Formats: sequence, structure tokens, C-alpha cells
Amino acid sequence: MSKIELRAAPHVHAPRSVENIMFNVVLALMPICIFSVWQYGLSSAVLIVTVTATCLATERFFSKASGKGNTLADWSATITGLLLALTLPPSFPLWMGAVAGFAAIALGKALFGGLGFNPFNPALVGRAFVQAAFPSTIASFVPAFAQQRFTSFVPSTWTAPLMIPTDNTGWIKDAAVDAFTGATPLGRWKFENFTYTTHDFLSGAVTASAGETSAILILLCGGYLALRKFMDWRIPVAVVGSAALLAWILHLAVPGRYPEPLFVVLSGGLMLGAVFMATDMATSPVTPLGIWIYGALIGVLTVVIRYFGGLTEGVMYAILIANAASPLIEQFTQPRAYGTAKTDTAGGAK
Amino acid sequence: MSTPEKKAPSNMDELLDGLWKQNPIFVMVLGMCPTLAVTVSAINSISMGLATTFVLAASCLLVSLLRNAIPKEVRIASFIVIIATFVTVVDYAIQAISLDLYEALGAYIKLIVANCILLGRAEAHAAKTPPIPATLNAFGMGIGFTIGLLAIGGVREILGAGKLFGISLFGPHFQPWVVMVLPPGGFFVLACWLIVFAWFKQNKANKSKPQQGCHTTPTTEGSRA
Amino acid sequence: MTEQTQAAPVFTSTASMIRALGLIATICGVIIVGVYESTLTPVAANKKLALERQVFKVLPGAKHVTEYFATASGITPTEGHTVPADAVRFYAVYGADKKLAGIAAEGSSAGYADQVRVLYGYDVTKQAIVGIGVVSMRETPGIGDKILTDEDFLKNFKELDVRLAGDMQALANAVKTVKHGTKKNAWEIDAISGATVTSKAVGRGINQSAQALLPKLVPHIDQLRSQP
Repeated sequence: MSKIELRAAPHVHAPRSVENIMFNVVLALMPICIFSVWQYGLSSAVLIVTVTATCLATERFFSKASGKGNTLADWSATITGLLLALTLPPSFPLWMGAVAGFAAIALGKALFGGLGFNPFNPALVGRAFVQAAFPSTIASFVPAFAQQRFTSFVPSTWTAPLMIPTDNTGWIKDAAVDAFTGATPLGRWKFENFTYTTHDFLSGAVTASAGETSAILILLCGGYLALRKFMDWRIPVAVVGSAALLAWILHLAVPGRYPEPLFVVLSGGLMLGAVFMATDMATSPVTPLGIWIYGALIGVLTVVIRYFGGLTEGVMYAILIANAASPLIEQFTQPRAYGTAKTDTAGGAK
Repeated sequence: MSTPEKKAPSNMDELLDGLWKQNPIFVMVLGMCPTLAVTVSAINSISMGLATTFVLAASCLLVSLLRNAIPKEVRIASFIVIIATFVTVVDYAIQAISLDLYEALGAYIKLIVANCILLGRAEAHAAKTPPIPATLNAFGMGIGFTIGLLAIGGVREILGAGKLFGISLFGPHFQPWVVMVLPPGGFFVLACWLIVFAWFKQNKANKSKPQQGCHTTPTTEGSRA
Repeated sequence: MTEQTQAAPVFTSTASMIRALGLIATICGVIIVGVYESTLTPVAANKKLALERQVFKVLPGAKHVTEYFATASGITPTEGHTVPADAVRFYAVYGADKKLAGIAAEGSSAGYADQVRVLYGYDVTKQAIVGIGVVSMRETPGIGDKILTDEDFLKNFKELDVRLAGDMQALANAVKTVKHGTKKNAWEIDAISGATVTSKAVGRGINQSAQALLPKLVPHIDQLRSQP
């Protein structure tokens, strides 16, 4: 990214336009969406469609109202919608999904002047809004691989707008998945001291938001983006690396209390957040050292919130906080082009 | 916040000034502390608005009556004492009317004394204006403030509790939006109203280009990044 | 702002400044005292009403409330006395038959957002807490404020054991909030799942207040048997 952004004239023509990058991100998200539908069935599919459609409609409305013409073609609203849908529980009522989609674009993006001006990742703004508005609904899950997932919807999916979600107990019973608990792995670790095996995570056999269960797939899709240079590989590496490092130190210091680093990396939304959200170009720094600091900040904050905070998952707030800090990070890590001869700041990261 | 002083505005202008053109919340963005804190329901908003209106009108009347007796050097002290007096009056009055309301408004009744609309109006307007227009202007400002609070409080109560003035709108199965009764909800709703206002004014300014321009105060939100 | 640019200093005498401030202070003083005097009676009546409403909720069958305070040396009605700093306030509650219906007292402890203040009703013969109400709290709506509505949680206070130990110095068993679903003893409070912080605040508030009040109150309880 730093190779193509923020360079003074002369500009050499490159086929890599914003639209092109964004479209490739959408492509990279597709396998994860398909995996989610395979895991959770019809409800997951309609949720992804609804959230994305709301994002697109909101984007259309605001771009028209502010006289910018059609901004749907840059694919950014589509990315926001897909990412947002992947962070919500698959049984999330559609009307709440629509609220999340609207909040993401309206509060997270249009308010600040559209693509490129938003200080926060819009998908996370939407997610934070519904987390604050519907805290209990966003923490209720249905089991993955329920046997009737392709023949019937989860009842709460079609909850009437503005109403309390329909009860899912009967549906979950029919799912015939043994030993289902409504809590996510992070929740079970925090409150019951129960840890899952690495195999559970890699196969997606845990309860969580759609985008939190497919670490390998996310890595593959992220790898594609990084290889084609559509994404800065340093950010996810810094995020995951710093989270794992801190988790490893704490695990060694107090072995019985804190889980292994691999659990921290694979559970929750850390992978999705590191690969697809922290790397959002508009909300991350561009200076080389700044990128490492920004990534490390997210990783450390995630672990700190998970271990010591009141919430079970910290990725969302970690990224939002780092988003807020990124202009400051950028300012402090500006490479000195001229002026007093100071030592090269771009060199020694960490 | 200096008012653009026109040549001898009519009493009607004085009254209407605060309702729209100089609306304390949506145009001047003043008094944000109670605006964000107490607007969790429509009834709280109205009570707070009316309490502020009373303090505003009464203190502006007194300031205006005494404006020639107050030396410039001690004017701020005088204004604050006058404002604090009427805030105390309102504080007792609300306790006498309803303790529930008093609990709901909490410290924010006493904090009216620090609301910048009050000192702002006393200093910028009442201290230079005869009693009748000064009181009318203050009254208009107060009503404008009340309308602003009500606009925010109404939205927050509808989404946060499914009610308006305590009357249930959507039946027993309504899912409350918890965020709306928490402090962030106040910011969200205020921001949305500011956008609506900025938008409305921009459209109006675009339609009648030449003269309207100088009255358009840029709000904090809007396209200027 | 424009006045300051007309720099010609107009001399204001000290006397006139003091006169102006004195005048304003006098006017304001008169207004404040006048309003205070005229609202005194309705405010007092409102406060009494609010208190009675709270107390009647935690002790059913109550008809009359008298405020007392307890110190190490005994119990005294609040009316007409100054309350010492180390005293614990409580309310003696009487039924229609003028017999003691129970004791109500307030406990408070830090919750998730602010102090959670609860009023509890104490039954003298059962030596147990038989009802609670919330005086004030700022807990998260939909989560912490379940302590008002959650029926399982309120069941804890049907008969919460607060009997004193043999030496009358402390509770036999401290009131304790336990994790949801693990209540075993009559002095334990089963927390609301998901609202543990608030549940714990309630338990802590009751425990602190009962530990402070009951050892001073119970030895003198006979003074309160019938309405004075």
C-alpha cells in the first residue's frame, strides 16, 4: 500500500485503482461468506444479503443527498456490509442487521464525508452501535452445522421490526447438536475456564459469529490479498504477532490462569479483524514505523481487553481505538525528508 | 457568541430569534451538558427545558432592569448571582412539585447555573436591552432550547423505551435500544439532528443565494472536515 | 466585546460597585429565602410520601413509619435529636394494629456505574430480610436494572437469613452474592447471570448495612414493639 499511496507527482499510471483493490477485497471475502452459509445455512445467507443491501442503500442515499453521484461502484460499501455481517451472530434478527448496516454507513462514513474521510472502520462502527443497542441479542448464538439449517430459518431471523427477537430454544433442540452452549469460546474461557482445542477452531466447530470460526480460510484469503499487494501484510502480522507475544508472556507468567497463545490468536474475531479490518486504508497509518506501532497497539489492546476488561471480546474496540490513534501515530513517525539531521526513524521497528 | 445586532428588531423578532435563527442547540450548539445528559425521555426534556426557560426569562428580566445600576467591572459577578438565585428557586420548586422528577434531573438542575446560554444571553443581550424585548428574547431562547431538548429526548425515548411521554407505542414486545438511554445515544441523536439542520439550511441558502449567506453559522458537523 | 475597544477608562467608584453588588445580593437573598420558606412544607411532605412508598413496598402491611438511629449505646427517634456521625439510621415500621411490622434500612455499594442504593425490610421474628427495593441506581438499562424485575433474583429476598451470631456482635453468616445457580444457604444471594456486578453490589450493600445496624438494634428491639 505504501508503494502506491501518498506519493507526490509525477504519477505513473498503474492499473491498480481504488475500485480494483476494493473489488479484490470483495472477492477475497466471498469464500468466508460461503463458508459461513455452509456452517449456518439460510439464516446466515439472508443476514449477509440484508446487511450488505442496507449498506448499499444507505450509501446510495447519502451520496445522492450530498451531490456526489453514484459511489456504489467503488465497492467500499459492499465490503463494509460483508464484513459487518460476518461479525454478527448468524441468528441476528434481520431488522437489527439493517440497523447495523445503516449505522455503519451513516454514522461511520457519511457523517465524515464519505470514503477516505472516515476516521473509524465503518463496519466496526456499525457493529459497536448494535453491540451497545442490543447487548443481549448480539451475544446469543445458535449451533453451527444444525441439521435443518438448509431447510428452515432460525426463528429469530424473521423477528418483526422493533420487536424482541423470537425465541430460538425449539430450533436449537431440533438441531440435534450435542453439548451446545450459547457461549462463545472466549466467553466460556472467561467465565467457565474452559478451553477448546486447536482442532475445534480450525474445523469451525465452535459457537461464534460467522467470521470468527474460519481462521485458516481468513489466512488464505488474506494471503491472496497480500500477495497481490492489495493489502499491507505488515498490519496483520503486527496485530497477531503482538497479541501472541503478550499472550505467551502472560501464559508463562501465570500458566493456570491464562490460555495458550494459539487459543488467543484463533478465538474470537482476531483473525478477521487483523486481516480485513485493521488493514482498512483510510483508517490506518501509512508511515512504515507507524504501521508496526498501529498493529502492535491493536494486538496488545485486544489481549488486555479480553483478559482484564469486562467484555469477552476486545478486537472491535482495540481496532476502533487504534483507528483513533492512527493520525497521532502517523504524526510521530513521519520520516524526516529535510531539516535537522535526525537518525532515520523508519528503520528500527520494535 | 455575539448576536448580530440589527437596528431595533421588533418584539416579535426578539421572540422568534431563539426558536429558529439562533436556536441554542441546533444553531449555536450551546448548553450541551444538559442536552446530552437529561434527554433520555420526553418528559425529562420538557421539564429541563421549562426550568431553563424560567431561569433564563427571569434572570434576563432582572439583569435588564438593573442594567444601568450594574457597573461594568462587577457585571459578571452580578449576573451569576442573579442566575444562581433563580436556579435555586427552580430547584426548590421542582422538589415541591415532584420528587421523582427531581431525582431524574439530578444534578443538572443545579448545573443550569453553569449553562452557557444563560450567561451568554445576560451578557450579550439583556445587559444592553430594555426589559420587555430582553425578556421576550430570553423566553424565545428558552422555548427554542426546550424544543431542541424535546427533539432529542423524543427520539431517545421512542427508540430507547418504545414510549413517548410514558405511553407505550409498540406494545409489550418492543426491543429497547439500550444505547439510546446511555450517554452515547445523546451524542448520536444530537449529531443526526445537527445534520438535518445543516442540510436544511444549506438547501435554503442554495435557493436564495445573495443575502442569506451571512446568517449561516457553520455547525460543527457538516462537510467541512 | 465592543466596549473594550472604547478604551477611555470610565472611573467607577469603589462605593458604587459595592452598592450595586449589595443591592443585587439583597434582592436575591429575599427571593431565595422567600421561596425556601414557601416550599418547605410541600417538599417535606413529598419526601415523607416518597419514603413511605418505598418502605411500604419492602414491608407489606405497613401503615406508619418512624425514623430512628442506632448507636452503640442504644436507639433514639431521629425527630428532635441530632444524629451522631457514627449512628446508623433505620425506620421502624408499624402495621394498622400499631404493632411493629418490621425494620427498614438502607444499604449502598458501588455497582457497575454508580452507587446502588437499596432499601431492605427486616422481619424481627424471622430474623431475615423479607423484601428489597432500589432507592437509586444508574446501572445499565436492560442488564443491571434487572435487579428490579428479575423474579428469580427477587426470590432471594423472600427470606434472606441475617440472624446474629451468639455474641450479638456480627451476623452469624455474612450475606454473600454467589454465582448464578449456586445458591445453597439461606444467607446467600443467587446472582443474575450477566448482571453479576450489580447483583454483588446489592449483596454487599445489604451485608454492610446489616452488619452495622443489627448488632446495635436487636438488643433494644423491645423498645420498638408497639407504636409510640
